[in-house]
Amino acid sequence: MEFDAKIPAGPIEDKWTSHLEKVRLVGPRNRPQYKIIVVGSGLSGSSAASSLAAMGYDVHCYCFQDSPRRAHSIAAQGGINAAKNYRNDGDSVFRLFMDTQKGGDFRAREANVYRLAECSTGIIDQAVAQGVPFAREYGGMLANRSFGGVLVQRTFYCRGETGQQLLLGANSSLAEQISNGAVKMHTRAEVMDFVVADGRTRGIVYRDLVTGEVRSEAADAVVLATGGYCNVYFLSTNAKGCNVTAIWRAYRRGAAMANPNFVQIHPTCIPAAGDHQAKLTLMSESLRNDGRIWVPKNGGDQRRPSEIPEADRYYYLEERYPRFGNLVPRDVAARNAKDVCDGGMGVGATGYGVYLDFRDAIRDQGQKSVNAKYANLFEMYERITDEDPKKTPMRIYPAPHYTMGGLWVDYNLMTTVPGLFAVGEANFSDHGANRLGASSLMQCLADGYFVLPATIGDYLSRHPHGEMSSADQRFKDVEQDVQGRLAKLMSVRGKRSASSLHRELGKLMMDQCGISRNQKGLGDAIKKIPQMKEEFWKNLSVPGSDNQVNQALEHAGRLSDFYEFAELMCRDALHRDESCGCHFREEHQTPEGEALRDDEKFANVSAWQYRGEDSDAELYQEPLEFEAAPLAQRNYKT
Amino acid sequence: MKLHLRIWRQKNGQSKGQFDAYDLDGVRDDMSFLEMLDVLNEQLIDGGNEPVAFDSDCREGVCGMCSLVINGKAHGPLAGTTTCQLYMRHFQDGDCITIEPWRSSAFPVLRDLIVDRSAFDRIMQAGGYVTLHSGPKPEPNSIPIEPAISEQALDAATCIGCGACVAACPNGSAMLYTAAKVSHLGLLPQGQPERYSRVQSMVDQMDEEGFGACRNYAECEAQCPKEISINFISQMNRDYLKAMLREPVDRRSKMRAQ
Repeated sequence: MEFDAKIPAGPIEDKWTSHLEKVRLVGPRNRPQYKIIVVGSGLSGSSAASSLAAMGYDVHCYCFQDSPRRAHSIAAQGGINAAKNYRNDGDSVFRLFMDTQKGGDFRAREANVYRLAECSTGIIDQAVAQGVPFAREYGGMLANRSFGGVLVQRTFYCRGETGQQLLLGANSSLAEQISNGAVKMHTRAEVMDFVVADGRTRGIVYRDLVTGEVRSEAADAVVLATGGYCNVYFLSTNAKGCNVTAIWRAYRRGAAMANPNFVQIHPTCIPAAGDHQAKLTLMSESLRNDGRIWVPKNGGDQRRPSEIPEADRYYYLEERYPRFGNLVPRDVAARNAKDVCDGGMGVGATGYGVYLDFRDAIRDQGQKSVNAKYANLFEMYERITDEDPKKTPMRIYPAPHYTMGGLWVDYNLMTTVPGLFAVGEANFSDHGANRLGASSLMQCLADGYFVLPATIGDYLSRHPHGEMSSADQRFKDVEQDVQGRLAKLMSVRGKRSASSLHRELGKLMMDQCGISRNQKGLGDAIKKIPQMKEEFWKNLSVPGSDNQVNQALEHAGRLSDFYEFAELMCRDALHRDESCGCHFREEHQTPEGEALRDDEKFANVSAWQYRGEDSDAELYQEPLEFEAAPLAQRNYKT
Repeated sequence: MKLHLRIWRQKNGQSKGQFDAYDLDGVRDDMSFLEMLDVLNEQLIDGGNEPVAFDSDCREGVCGMCSLVINGKAHGPLAGTTTCQLYMRHFQDGDCITIEPWRSSAFPVLRDLIVDRSAFDRIMQAGGYVTLHSGPKPEPNSIPIEPAISEQALDAATCIGCGACVAACPNGSAMLYTAAKVSHLGLLPQGQPERYSRVQSMVDQMDEEGFGACRNYAECEAQCPKEISINFISQMNRDYLKAMLREPVDRRSKMRAQ
């Protein structure tokens, strides 16, 4: 197997431009002959599909929702970073690169991160041209806000719905291409497997979620834009439908999975209320700009928060990290919240919550100005909890939010299976062990608008188009595999819903492979997951039939892949015997309780290769080089 | 609390549907409406019965996937709230709740409470965009936009495309949806070059999909979970009228033919 990241030579600031000059191209007359399948219609999928179609390629786009606009990118609240330096506060492409590398605790590939920073400014230009209504200042210029982990203001935003507005922008370009006939959109269609023949990707097998039919589509290249796998924890901030199936099936067909254990647990979410809870709701990190985080100094303090005097409040982030205060990176904020709650100082019914208080911001800036920034978030909070954050502090607690891990890709965003590409959250490449706020939208759109359209031609131009049709026997074989899996799920006829089984897996993963991990816990989880999987295959209940809308069957199928994936996640976490970014191994911490890296052994990417049902996955390590940004201990204290 | 539910069940688009009754115990105040249905569905599945099919995804009120007419109101009794953000504390112990899908001939039922809203996507495809390619674009601050205009465009763009406006309207009109989409781009400088062709094609597509006419009932605004103002409808009507007065030349297909 080829394991070459294909990073261009030369100084970091020239790598991308010199690569662009050298990649092979497909000429405009030939592009319509090449068929490209894009799986997913979120920011990376819509931007990739519309950009490729505008270039002339024959694009087919698939999503499991009823409209491309529902993809979960829509729920991103806070903003998107770009090194525009509009605030004249010393920002630059290099600084955005450094912040992202440092935020990722030096576990990302330098060349990719630098390219991301370089592409960032063009994204804002592209979005504004599409009519994305970013916040403006009185003179009509674009406004910025600050976000965690950085000392400049480079985040562009649309109230608390930046994701929705950017996605509507990308979707509008997609709609244009659909009306031109250049994109064929397939909604309510779930991609179930891939056809790989003679070492190359040949197409997909998908299920029509309305009629239950299993069908194939052949293509010259397949792009996975299928997002992250946080729902392995059952409770996360992801949409209910988010799943690992597409990338897991790609893994089983030979694509290496990189750093699967790297999961960002977002510090500002509304705490769970009880067992019925279907998902957790994120409160944008932008709230940390003005809200102050604290817990009562005395555990079990029963007073109302407004009655607790200053002296009895522990503003733990401000005290522990005076330079960054409440704006420390997400992993640091999450771990500290768990730490104070484990120490018995947590608030709320479950004891797992901390206060996020706007009292001082309202006093200093006035109710009106605070409202202008956060009105919709305040409303959202009040709707869910029945408490008004203008009068009493919010209660927040960390929740799984984003997965840095994903399919291994080279500099061209191609996985280890030729012709299979991964963009956005589905790949592993840009955020290392921890993603900074407002960087996911940036990465999705950089991949979709600028990187993939430039690099995919390099692969396509080397192969003739339309080599295999979906009538080929190899497509029929994979269709049969998929039908066999569906039939197996239908035939269990047990007594338990997928939801109840999923909740158990989620709890185990949160306890053993969540905010902090240790050797014993991970070992236990690796033993328990196969038992849970066995219970699933013995006791699952999927009523109805598979030739109609059957949501129980959809959930069961996704969950069956989550079991297999969860095991790999735990193995990856166990293997990475160091702490870095979000991956906090209790055995490895500084005397102050910070993540302690082991750069000797683990300055690399763990990429796992599937070796069959009955064998363990094989591990490859891609060494990381640090030329532009030398390795340093993260320090958000001074 | 204990609830009596009357839920619309329909096997698929071809079959006839009916209301089925369910009693559900142990509903908590801090459950969302959809979590309440999740609990019902888990009980149904555990007993080997087919769960109630309904659409939902983000459960944060922004993806627009959830729907449901609850006791005659789109997204239920609370103003400015999607079904996924509606909490059971707004109901009483012993309540009888009737749950139906969106009812409109332009939104055919696929199963139980799930309808096909692809008509909305086709309206967007008729012109809800600024024609452009990806690639280098002008520096955005070179076109200053008055914040009030940008904010107004955002008020329109905040539409989540759920279809409540259609479900709420006695005529099943999609004017609020179309107006929100038309106005978002019509207000901004980037949307000006295609402003009049856009409104024309989108309104024509809307008519073609079989949505009803607007009679100013204003139920759409009242039941819109994002409280989008019907002022956008008058704005769209003004633009549509102007578009009709312009020379009716189909330049787009001519340009494509070049």
